[in-house]
Amino acid sequence: MNLALEVGQVGTAEAVQFFILAPIAVIAALGILFVKKAVHAALMLVSIMIILAIFYIANGAAFLGVVQIIVYTGAVMMLFLFILMLVGVDSSDSLKENLKGIRPVAITLAIGISLLLISLLSRAQISEQAPDLAVLNSEGNVEGIARLLFTEYVWAFEVVSALLITAAVGAMVLAHSEKSREISRTQRYKSVARFRGDSLATAAGLPGSGVYARHNALDVPALLPDGSASELSVSKTLQARGDVIDQSKFALDQLPGVNEADESSAVEREEER
Amino acid sequence: MTTAELIGQDPGWLITVKAFMVFGLCVILTLIAIWAERRIVARMQMRLGPNRTGKFGLLQSLADGVKLAFKEDLIPKAADKIIFVLAPLISVTVCFLAFAVIPISGPVSLFGRQTAMQLTDLPVAVLYILAVTSIGVYGIVLAGWSSGSVYPLLGGLRSSAQVISYEISLGLSLVAVFIYAGSMSTSEIVAAQDRFWFALVLFPSFVIFVISMVGETNRAPFDLAEAEGELVGGFHTEYSSLKFALFFLAEYVNIISVSALATTLFLGGYRAVPGLGFTEAWLGGWFTVFWFLGKVSLFFFFFIWLRGTLPRLRYDQFMKLGWKVLIPSSLAWILVVATLRVLTAEGASQFIIGGFTLGVVLLVLAASTLYERSKVKRQAFLHNIGEMPEPSFPLPVMPTARKNERLVIESHE
Repeated sequence: MNLALEVGQVGTAEAVQFFILAPIAVIAALGILFVKKAVHAALMLVSIMIILAIFYIANGAAFLGVVQIIVYTGAVMMLFLFILMLVGVDSSDSLKENLKGIRPVAITLAIGISLLLISLLSRAQISEQAPDLAVLNSEGNVEGIARLLFTEYVWAFEVVSALLITAAVGAMVLAHSEKSREISRTQRYKSVARFRGDSLATAAGLPGSGVYARHNALDVPALLPDGSASELSVSKTLQARGDVIDQSKFALDQLPGVNEADESSAVEREEER
Repeated sequence: MTTAELIGQDPGWLITVKAFMVFGLCVILTLIAIWAERRIVARMQMRLGPNRTGKFGLLQSLADGVKLAFKEDLIPKAADKIIFVLAPLISVTVCFLAFAVIPISGPVSLFGRQTAMQLTDLPVAVLYILAVTSIGVYGIVLAGWSSGSVYPLLGGLRSSAQVISYEISLGLSLVAVFIYAGSMSTSEIVAAQDRFWFALVLFPSFVIFVISMVGETNRAPFDLAEAEGELVGGFHTEYSSLKFALFFLAEYVNIISVSALATTLFLGGYRAVPGLGFTEAWLGGWFTVFWFLGKVSLFFFFFIWLRGTLPRLRYDQFMKLGWKVLIPSSLAWILVVATLRVLTAEGASQFIIGGFTLGVVLLVLAASTLYERSKVKRQAFLHNIGEMPEPSFPLPVMPTARKNERLVIESHE
């Protein structure tokens, strides 16, 4: 059944554009199901959205097309990518069931929704005479949509916006933790706290690692002026991992050339000069 | 005849010619812009900048471009190859698209035909530019993801969050312009500014737009996606040779196109400065191109100035600025503009309009005073951490620079 011919004749340019873009959209849609990495699937979805937007624009709905790109491609899919990147680069979807019994529910829902859609679509009537775009857009595409949205459909419009705001506020309430209510410890706060704390020992900051030692590395503790190793100078992460080179090895009295014999020989050498 | 009708009459070959001219303009402007940026930043840092290649070093960017193209093209082993190659292509293709709806000149004659230097005009042209820039960011985000290493990933992550936040304030700052111009088409917005530039009439919108456009183009002080001090090169760390050059090109074309958009929306586009309107007819109308380019270069200079002056924001400060300052203030400003517009349209008396304006100004002043007071109190509370410990060694008398801190110390005693 050729819907396009029934509804009305389609211009050559539009037909060419349709037959180039539609297969791409279908391939991309199938690709979403079959590619392994989530980012690839997201990209396919993005390309479908852009192609849809082009169709809208070609059909005279310039506003709808552009908004489709801004909202879906620019915001929704960008957020989606953001989450995917947070999850990790190489993680592919795990097929392990986290919630028990979710699969039968999902399958039932999917079948139900598709039955609903099919029954709706099959009962849809496509009028012989398509409404004339020139008439619909006579006051301008944007103005026409604005008039409809704020007169005839203003109730639906407001309800949808209230729903969306409720969803956003609900998500914030669910994700909110008490911790974020504490006064955030800013750099300024911390630097003041260093001087107003119990001691001034850390006022100048923690000692850097590897300083005064023969090594210049993160996993080597700094030596304090008295020759003992400073535990503070090595990152706690490294300490927990056990990646720190033994501190006693670098203590001043363990170093060759610092014991008394060497010291006296050094003094002698000085005197010779 | 409006510009839209004028452009609508263009035959196919003229459209092609204009497309090539716009493309060429973008590329040449980019070359000049890179040179200008290096020279001007050098001046600001008391250096000379490139001055050896060609007169005044003008050919330096060309030479750099050629050198870049001949470098080895590396693709990291861990990279997702297809997307790694695709990302710079997306960036560079999309960045040119925005220029299609920018009116560069008034009515001129080109090859014997009356036309205007604007490729096409849409009733939703400004929204189209927003849409195109939002696709362009995919280049950056995907580059970060596909490189398969940590710094680029962080850069891409920052960029995606950044673009979502700043596109909102960018879009909101445009609303007042749409309300005043009564259109979203670029040529009609330019035409609506025949008496006053929107930069004057809608000054808060202009400020918000300028701040968000710097955020949108990843430029200093908002260049967190590439932050060379923290992320090596950010999203383009793993890129080399031509692919890197494409990102470079895209960045500069983006700067030029947002500058052009700002010019169009707020500075009267290709129109002359008020009072010099007679110059618009010079050179058969082509002189308007100079007005346009002059205003664009003003914005570009502003970009360079920012880079030479401001240090990079920390990420949380940047997000705070976007969500807690720019978006709420632009929402409030839209309310004010819309109310004023309705009052004017309904034919309210000047007394009511003046009273409303006065009320808004007083409200803003009161709110800002209260905010400042609470800020001082909050600072005092925050610094109330504990008594100063008895120093175990002699301390010199410290100069107390800030008034707030002195207050706090006194309150302890």
